[in-house]
Amino acid sequence: MTDVTKTVDAKGMSCPMPVLMTAKGIKDLAVGDVMLVEATDGGARSDIPAWTTQTGNELIDSQEDGDVLKFYIRKK
Amino acid sequence: MSNESEVPDSMTIIAWSGDLDKLWPTLILSSTGAAMGMNVTVFFTFWGLFPLVREDVRLTGYDTMTKALAGMNAPGMKKAKLSKLNMGGSGAWMMRKVAEKNNLMPPEDLMDICKDMGVNLWPCQMTMDLLGVQPEHMMDGLGEPVGAATALQSMSKSNINLFI
Repeated sequence: MTDVTKTVDAKGMSCPMPVLMTAKGIKDLAVGDVMLVEATDGGARSDIPAWTTQTGNELIDSQEDGDVLKFYIRKK
Repeated sequence: MSNESEVPDSMTIIAWSGDLDKLWPTLILSSTGAAMGMNVTVFFTFWGLFPLVREDVRLTGYDTMTKALAGMNAPGMKKAKLSKLNMGGSGAWMMRKVAEKNNLMPPEDLMDICKDMGVNLWPCQMTMDLLGVQPEHMMDGLGEPVGAATALQSMSKSNINLFI
């Protein structure tokens, strides 16, 4: 697995916080860095991919670990 | 940036309602749009203006009609009512409790996030004049009051336009 530079913990947060935290979290990363976003809001399952498509960042991988949704995002 | 056009998408929302259950989605969509890299503008008009008035301001109006309007519409977001089943404010209170339990940000916090993210928050000048609201009555962090033509100009450049 790619090295994760930063992890954003949005577990327990409701819409729209996982997306807002993702947008905020990626700001201080360098291009090519990978960020892990963890969320439990079911809406994030489609919202994070929608955010990466819209912003041009790359969703490398997404996993479900029990209730936790994990998104690996590379900054573009 | 949208992948197709390389031009940031733009969204304009006409916030006409001051109801809690309409103001809330307005602020959720605005902050999310800004997080998605969109230029977001919200034009607050008619009942939508009251949530922008500072809570410590006592709107008095300038004649019988505006006094009555001011009396029926408490300023600030904290007093915002539900559009349905408000039940004298207990409905709004319950909605806030349920939201808190589900970790949904209250509208006051979402408004602050919108300001931080550079969402344009435009009060309607005409509504301010109509209701006797002065610039010093408004909360901080808003844009200059504007009119319908400025709102329409923003809408003509937006690919998402909403009236809430």
